[in-house]
Amino acid sequence: MYTFSSRLKIASIILMVVGALGIGVGFMSAPGTIEEAKAMVASHNDGHGDTHTDETEHVVSEGHGEEAQDESHDAAHDEHVLHQLQNKPWAALYVAAFFFFMIALGALAFYAVQRASQAGWAPLLFRVMEGITAYLVPGGIIVFVILVLSVMHMNHLFVWMDADVVAHDKLLQGKAGFLNPTFFLVRAAIFLGGWIFYREISRRLSIKQDESDDNSNFKKNFKWSAGFLVFYLISESMMSWDWIMSVDPHWFSTLFGWYVFASMFVSGITVIAMVTIYLKSKDYLPEVNDSHIHDLAKFMFGISIFWTYLWFSQFMLIWYSNIPEEVTYFVTRIEDFKLPFFGMVVMNFVLPFLLLMNSDYKRINWFVIMSGIIILAGHYMDVFNMIMPSTVGDQWSIGIPEIGAILFFAGLFIFWVFRALTKVPLQPKRNPFIEESRHFHY
Amino acid sequence: MASHYEAPIRKPLVLGDKGYHDVTVDIAAPVEGRANRQWWIVFSISLAAFLWGIGCIVYTISTGIGSWGLNKTVNWAWDITNFVWWVGIGHAGTLISAVLLLFRQKWRMAINRSAEAMTIFSVIQAGLFPIIHMGRPWLAYWVLPIPNQFGSLWVNFNSPLLWDVFAISTYLSVSLVFWWTGLLPDFAMIRDRAVLPFQKKIYSLLSFGWTGRAKDWQRFEEVSLVLAGLATPLVLSVHTIVSFDFATSVIPGWHTTIFPPYFVAGAVFSGFAMVNTLLIIMRKVCSLEAYITVQHIELMNIVIMITGSIVGCAYITELFMAWYSGVEYEQYAFLNRATGPYWWAYWAMMSCNVFSPQFMWFKKLRTSIMFSFFISIIVNIGMWFERFVIIVTSLHRDYLPSSWSMFSPTFIDIGTFIGTVGFFFLLFLLYARTFPVIAQAEVKTILKSSGERYKKLREAGKPLYQISGTTTVKEATAKGEDKVEETSEDTSKDVSSLLDSIGTFDASKDTADDLKKVKGIGPQMEKTLNQIGIFTFAQVSRMTEKEYNLLDSITKSFPGRAQRDDWAGQAKQLNNNQ
Repeated sequence: MYTFSSRLKIASIILMVVGALGIGVGFMSAPGTIEEAKAMVASHNDGHGDTHTDETEHVVSEGHGEEAQDESHDAAHDEHVLHQLQNKPWAALYVAAFFFFMIALGALAFYAVQRASQAGWAPLLFRVMEGITAYLVPGGIIVFVILVLSVMHMNHLFVWMDADVVAHDKLLQGKAGFLNPTFFLVRAAIFLGGWIFYREISRRLSIKQDESDDNSNFKKNFKWSAGFLVFYLISESMMSWDWIMSVDPHWFSTLFGWYVFASMFVSGITVIAMVTIYLKSKDYLPEVNDSHIHDLAKFMFGISIFWTYLWFSQFMLIWYSNIPEEVTYFVTRIEDFKLPFFGMVVMNFVLPFLLLMNSDYKRINWFVIMSGIIILAGHYMDVFNMIMPSTVGDQWSIGIPEIGAILFFAGLFIFWVFRALTKVPLQPKRNPFIEESRHFHY
Repeated sequence: MASHYEAPIRKPLVLGDKGYHDVTVDIAAPVEGRANRQWWIVFSISLAAFLWGIGCIVYTISTGIGSWGLNKTVNWAWDITNFVWWVGIGHAGTLISAVLLLFRQKWRMAINRSAEAMTIFSVIQAGLFPIIHMGRPWLAYWVLPIPNQFGSLWVNFNSPLLWDVFAISTYLSVSLVFWWTGLLPDFAMIRDRAVLPFQKKIYSLLSFGWTGRAKDWQRFEEVSLVLAGLATPLVLSVHTIVSFDFATSVIPGWHTTIFPPYFVAGAVFSGFAMVNTLLIIMRKVCSLEAYITVQHIELMNIVIMITGSIVGCAYITELFMAWYSGVEYEQYAFLNRATGPYWWAYWAMMSCNVFSPQFMWFKKLRTSIMFSFFISIIVNIGMWFERFVIIVTSLHRDYLPSSWSMFSPTFIDIGTFIGTVGFFFLLFLLYARTFPVIAQAEVKTILKSSGERYKKLREAGKPLYQISGTTTVKEATAKGEDKVEETSEDTSKDVSSLLDSIGTFDASKDTADDLKKVKGIGPQMEKTLNQIGIFTFAQVSRMTEKEYNLLDSITKSFPGRAQRDDWAGQAKQLNNNQ
């Protein structure tokens, strides 16, 4: 049995406290009025100040001397900036909440794939995966609460929730059959309910299998896993349209759901590898050998490339076709988010590709951890790049609210996952493939 | 590669009482025997179709592309449909040989050879279409990056059509190398068995002088792994680039970002269907039911079901996004597909590709050979329609309603397509008579872990090297290939001989160890061992298969247990740790 070391527990609690403070500071310092927003923009963002003047000059040069129009434009712009700055702490919270939730969901998908494909190498890691997926419950509830608060107009993350905006937007009126608050929340509840339901039932069957004297629980688990994967195939895509793509409700991409999937899948696998290595370093999981770590690292490598494949496909097709309503998505990212946008490609593709290419390195534990940290940071940036441009625009930064949210959810994640790991023995006993997993040797 | 241990609940991959030599004989049989009448009948039909196709191609080239049913609105139809269809079919071969190799799926070994052959033959068919489509194929070298001084500007490198040229030629060459590497030990096997000097000569040329030394095998494994690593991104890239042909355009129904992965999934889907079609026939004709088992067919059906569902998911996503986008042209393109004049093609595609694979959720259906064959044909038809739907329905009603038109194929279109089908089967039939159609060297590597015979022996707790009566000395002279099977076996079963080999226990000098620390030895077994005279780890660690069997015959309980749990290895470690 694993015992949650008090050092790790205290560390996770400190992370949560510090993170909560950061989140609080973010909300406190958000501007309440247009004047405050203007003052903030003017005071602490030289880089932005430049672009701002550029824009004004542009407006002036194009203006036909009609001062009134110019002024109204400025006022609209200022209000826009206010909304963006008010969104900032919310967006920071949402990005981190979704990112850590996505890790648990990605791990759940990986777990279900291992079960449905009857993989022989993985069963020794099942308890680790189950521990990580335990975070689905708190993580899912938090994401859901943020969505409910959005529907209640506590923030402007999803502009389509604003009835005023929709009233003036023909495209959004056309989408209202799908993008309306009630249906949105109902869908979210169904998705979360389905995922958590599978997680719980599979966990229960997995524990029951340890004590049973036949394979009936194992077989049931196999069937549930196959069924879950069908549900997941559909629900994951729709979730990504709902929770992420709709922050920019005019934009659309058919690939988006699978792209988000690749991101969550590789993040989930990375965390599985990291938790496994941590537990091994504390002398738990004695039967997990280098080959298991090697396999996980291979998946990190392979799925990183798969992510890049989807990233490139989406980017290249939209860039090449250059259709205005689609290409605007990448135009904003390249103009205002150049460093995070391309930096993310480096962290999610170039570095994992080079670091994990050599097969010997995939067996060096600390090396896998270091690569894992890069991958996780890269995929946090990926989510950041998906949410921020349409919610905070060029007002983005990585400051106290963003880091605070990351620390808070990291703390909660660690606390919850390692607490779940203490519940049952770390090694399944009677999985029919456990011997194969034990003998696993690459 | 992976360890030889296999969970008992895994079903055998080689059925029947097959030893190493039986594998050799069974797989060499179609090559060494003579063709039967059915083979000649199918061969003649394929040849006729092929010749008809040649005629149509000659007619096309001598008359011009105008002999096809294309018009100025539908300026791409069967040519590109057939091209994409054939390239897609090719994907399963590489997926089976490369991706399933990386995923350590042992079942791929029975089917990878034929699947790769199918890949190469279908890529050849696919490659024909762009060449014919050029109209002046004698200028085909213009697509190559030739320096400008040669006479014409280098063709437009920004065009995905040119990327296709590179993608497909790379794919063909890597697949060919991969296939041939796997073939080397098998060609050598046929060479070593060949009786006639001519055949011996040919097969020794084909096998590149394979000797079967340890070094050869080591290089073989390394090259296979490297090629698998190279081929995996290639599988993805080829159909991805084919999908770029459409998706980089701004035509409604073509420009959609999901195309790359969805084309790849669809390609694997159609490829597996074609593998199923071919292998269900081949296992029967060549009597390979013991190797290409119902389980293999079932697993392929599951892949068909999964990829079919992914494709279905992509169809629905496209439909939804067409509506969600609010772009009228996009919306109309999909409405026109489903309800316009080509509705029958759309619904043929939907029912063949999305609905029919769902039957595979039922174990009864996916293990039925007849049903699998039926579905594999349906899927092949459905995937042809998918390409037809994407290409023709998006083109036939363009932005200008006055130019809307329909496409009707001419006999040249049909003849060329049928010709490629004939050519494909022609190549496959020739292959089935001259090549070892199952990667026997690879099958032999899994025989001990996954062969039914060895599984049974293991379950019965008998040693795996038992020789069954059927394998006789008849071939013993010509067999460099087969593993030497150990024959020596001591059957005397008494305690003294056991203790002789592992050493006795002297209570005055040694101390007894807690044998229960060895996994698999419980209190009861420890008592039994003590009764025999085994008290220390050192004694247990000296046990070999021979001693295990002696032990089994003495204790009569848990036969084979000691060997499975590797008591000797465990005891050795425990002894060292003391």
